[in-house]
Amino acid sequence: MNLRTKRKAINAIALTLSLSAMAFGLVWLIWILVMVFDLGFSSLSLTLFTQDTPPPGGAGGLRNAIVGSLIMVGLAMLMATPVAIMAGIYLAEYGQRTLLGNVTRFVNDILLSAPSIVIGLFVYALYVANVGKFSGLSGAVALALLVLPVVVRTTEDMLALVPNTLREAAFALGAPKWKVILMVTLRSAKTGVVTGVLLALARISGETAPLLFTALSNQFWSLDLSEPMANLPVTIFKFAMSPFADWQRLAWAGVFLITLGVLVLNIAARVLFRQTKAQH
Amino acid sequence: MKEETTKGKLGDLLFFNLTRAFAALTLAMLVGIVISLTWSALPSITTFGFGFLASSEWNPPADRFGALVPMYGTIMTSVIAMVIAVPISFGIALFLTEMSPTWLRRPLGIAIELLAGIPSIVYGMWGLLVFAPIFGEHVQPWIAKTLGHLPLVGPFFNGPALGIGILAAGIILAIMIIPFITSVMRDVFELTPPMLKESCYGLGGTTWEVVWNVVLPYTRVGVIGGVMLGLGRALGETMAVTFVIGNASLLSNFSLFMPGNSITSALANEFAEATPGLYTAALVELGLILFVITFIVLTLSKLLLLSLEKNSGGGH
Repeated sequence: MNLRTKRKAINAIALTLSLSAMAFGLVWLIWILVMVFDLGFSSLSLTLFTQDTPPPGGAGGLRNAIVGSLIMVGLAMLMATPVAIMAGIYLAEYGQRTLLGNVTRFVNDILLSAPSIVIGLFVYALYVANVGKFSGLSGAVALALLVLPVVVRTTEDMLALVPNTLREAAFALGAPKWKVILMVTLRSAKTGVVTGVLLALARISGETAPLLFTALSNQFWSLDLSEPMANLPVTIFKFAMSPFADWQRLAWAGVFLITLGVLVLNIAARVLFRQTKAQH
Repeated sequence: MKEETTKGKLGDLLFFNLTRAFAALTLAMLVGIVISLTWSALPSITTFGFGFLASSEWNPPADRFGALVPMYGTIMTSVIAMVIAVPISFGIALFLTEMSPTWLRRPLGIAIELLAGIPSIVYGMWGLLVFAPIFGEHVQPWIAKTLGHLPLVGPFFNGPALGIGILAAGIILAIMIIPFITSVMRDVFELTPPMLKESCYGLGGTTWEVVWNVVLPYTRVGVIGGVMLGLGRALGETMAVTFVIGNASLLSNFSLFMPGNSITSALANEFAEATPGLYTAALVELGLILFVITFIVLTLSKLLLLSLEKNSGGGH
């Protein structure tokens, strides 16, 4: 075999392997999605949204879990978003080259990928252990801590995309810096910042681990934030691990709802982001 | 006019300090995590000392705890996941950057990124209810028949085909982190200057030679960074592992077919039922160990990725 055929053969083998890797990856992912949509869709019904989680063997829905999840996720976003946007503003507008800015940027990126279960433990140690019981509010706090790094990061990135000429034009009119930031820079980066908020929302919608130590779960309808609160992920965990067919069906329905929600949020974020890019 | 300027200056001062305080909050969170976890784990740390890391006993009624079994589970599942996911991700990234027709690149890239966003509980539940039964019935007996008889690795692949267990958890974890590693690899491959690649093609190099001799050496640091990022995810992943690992805090042999426990699955399963005191403290100490390990891995990953960005930013 001469050198040329050998090189060509190696190339062909490598490219075939690469193609099969692509196929291998896609097969799993399509399999998972098809199962979730198939089993989930067939378990959907109106009672899912009108009845609370049943005891084993009984009929019921996921109403309390869906509402609990919405409340905690909503509260978490309300708590974390303003803080995160302000921190992002600092990183992009004041702290580009300062020590605090650099260190914060670095730590933020680490927290972005830190295990969410540790965040749950942190809130447990700081809050739940001191109060003495699991509560919906502590669940919302844990989720808020997960939102923080995502929104800080995207806000900073999006503000950095705003052209400097825009800032200079506003300064030239005599506007103080805080007004320039709030009324010019932040406003022109608005869609980008919203993208980050949507991505964070998608991330916490399916988070299970931190809720295990904070909100726990509740079989009954409860809106009291100082009591354990039902939520979709922990309910799915409990029901899927159980041997009861009814519970497993509800778990598939719940997983279907979460997957659908997360996919829609991610796609919305992507569409918005493309608009921002087109603007600049 | 003068009043306006003072008001503006005051506003500036307030706004600057406000944003700075919130930025510092992120830093405080990191410090807070370390301090509060250490504080809560203190009873366990003082009782067991370094013996905690070396003991495989996990006996809540007798208040005797050791981290060896969950640490073995965490490390083995992550190793299995990396062994499967790294070559596959490399193949996919290679396909996306060098082979795929242009019209297919975007949709495939978007699909990969969307899949990275799917919550891990979905992977875990699918793994338990769909994958594990098939795996136990058809794949595990076959693995035991082939790999189980090999001299060195044999003991790892023997035992009852339960479906669930450390091996199954590693495979589910691999499926989950493939999108993460792939998207980092694709991004760093795209940092290679086209000039370099075209020079190699111009000399008659094949696609594989361009990737192996030009793209990979140029992006080596970034690729390692991406792999470390995936490792960080794998180590700290909870739900995908907890569903399928089997949750047994016993370590009788090294077989990967046996049910086991990882740090995260031990926390997820036992924490809510743990009695306050030494049991809870031992679980928190497990969490602290996990945080320290992932912190180191993620820091290395970040430093490597940064140094690649700096190089390609400055040199070309």
